[in-house]
Amino acid sequence: MPQSFAGLVEDDQDNGLFRVNRRAFIDPAVMEEEKRTVFGQSWLYVGHESELPEPGSFVRREVAWRPVIMVRDEAGTVRILFDTCPHRGNTVCKEAAGKTKRFQCFYHGWTFNTRGELISVPDSAGYGPGFDKKNFPLATPPRVETYRGLVFMSLKADIVDLVTYFGRAKEYLDLILNHSEDVEIVPGQQSYSMRANWKLLVENSIDGYHAMMTHERYFIDYMEDLGGSSKDWESIVAPIPGNTGIELDSGHAVIENPIGKLPMSANAAQHLGKVRAELEAKFGREYTERMVGFSRNLFIFPNLIFVQNFRTVRTFYPASPDYLKVNAWALLPKGEPAAIRRLRHDNFISFLGPGGFGTPDDVEALENCQRGFAVREMEWSDISRGMKRPPTSSDEIQMRAFWRRWYQCLYPSYAPQMERPVPAQVAAVPNRRAA
Amino acid sequence: MHDINREVIETFLYREADLLDRWQLNEWLTLFTRDAYYQVPPLDARELPPEQALYLVDDNYERLNSRIKQLLKGNAHAESPVSRTRRAVTNVMFALQPNGEVQVRANFIIHRVRRELLDVYMGRYDHILVQTDGKLQFRMRKAVLDLEALRPQGKVSIII
Repeated sequence: MPQSFAGLVEDDQDNGLFRVNRRAFIDPAVMEEEKRTVFGQSWLYVGHESELPEPGSFVRREVAWRPVIMVRDEAGTVRILFDTCPHRGNTVCKEAAGKTKRFQCFYHGWTFNTRGELISVPDSAGYGPGFDKKNFPLATPPRVETYRGLVFMSLKADIVDLVTYFGRAKEYLDLILNHSEDVEIVPGQQSYSMRANWKLLVENSIDGYHAMMTHERYFIDYMEDLGGSSKDWESIVAPIPGNTGIELDSGHAVIENPIGKLPMSANAAQHLGKVRAELEAKFGREYTERMVGFSRNLFIFPNLIFVQNFRTVRTFYPASPDYLKVNAWALLPKGEPAAIRRLRHDNFISFLGPGGFGTPDDVEALENCQRGFAVREMEWSDISRGMKRPPTSSDEIQMRAFWRRWYQCLYPSYAPQMERPVPAQVAAVPNRRAA
Repeated sequence: MHDINREVIETFLYREADLLDRWQLNEWLTLFTRDAYYQVPPLDARELPPEQALYLVDDNYERLNSRIKQLLKGNAHAESPVSRTRRAVTNVMFALQPNGEVQVRANFIIHRVRRELLDVYMGRYDHILVQTDGKLQFRMRKAVLDLEALRPQGKVSIII
């Protein structure tokens, strides 16, 4: 009898209650179903076209547990090839990145061009008349699409096109991508792990509520060390205009708040002023203020995060219910002076990544959550914050957006309802500064 | 000025490792010149300079000072309570430069234990030392990891 995933999420919008059964974080059957219905039916980020500067450039990736090659073929087209020889299975790409004209399987010598076509087979006289090289290319994902340099694949042949999939998230993705016309992924991929369920990192990546608590050492101590104020980032938790959490379509979500000081704000002030002036000339003052005046974390279902402050692209997969693998990159403007580039790196790594002042403490928190889930007597995690007020980035509507879509994937009879906006005049907004 | 010889260099490195294992971080910070850097290059671009690659750590003295203060304060939750660490520094090589700097290369293996989980960090040190007032100090303290990914380590929350 098939496993039932009914009841893993409870969504009571009338009473402002939302909770997730912690079985979702620990049950191997849940993860197997996620592979099929969450990751198997979504668009998944593979990489960025800038990582393939020339025909023949390739990078090796793991996407949805599958080894893949992202390669620019001789004609300049970016392709995704599954990295397994159609003969007997060996992977054909030995290097993590590089430039090549062909991929040769070292096991028996079958050789493929950058379009994935089988071009030579040693001792081909050993095969009968029915054997045609045309029938043995490297396999490809059913769907591959690119949006503004971002390359995605899907395992679902009849999935909607990528822009339709983004829905309203496209507007926010553009707000991030419009910062710079020409961008590139910088060498230095952050590859790390957490001994925690992957959905904890989804929540954590769009969680303003934890910022001032977990990351006090960054948002207060380090800001003060930089000569700033400990109040600089109160915009994350204060219920002020522009501090919002937004439920987008299909599980996507975004949090925004008026931007505070960043490590590069002072050191690169002149350069950033010039960039802003250029943006205003191109997009107008109002749109530019929307772009650069806000801190913004955008979540694309099921596992892709853009952190605008640091120009971060981050994706992750579970290896088991209690272990996840993260890969993250910096997507930075091309052609800036070396000193500015280094300041942008500083800006990123002083908070995010294995050596930053932020990420290691997120790892600690998420790993401890996973430890806590061993207490089966505590069945539920509460995610109802902000259901009865206009949501801020330190509320949890953005996580509920994820969980609703996630639950629908596992339990298709569930028909998710987006939250009805709470009229501002009846919302009780406690003054958190006084708390 | 002291003569730079193997004993002087090794004693400096061993004492430094001991300070880190005992979490004597304020004293450890006195081993740095004010223009010093503490760097951990990215795992997939270990030879590129920090202008061209996203380092894991690229601390100037000020940020290193912030890091130390946080680690000692108790709100660096990944190291609160602190890990137990044990460092082995071996294969020490050094070369005295005409400008008085000492280039030092050495191997390191760090075992880190916390909450019954053991993580190993190994790699190569690539330091530049200078003598100030007769004392050796770091002008560059670079730890080049041999890991291909921080899996399962997940972080470099200790000084490596």
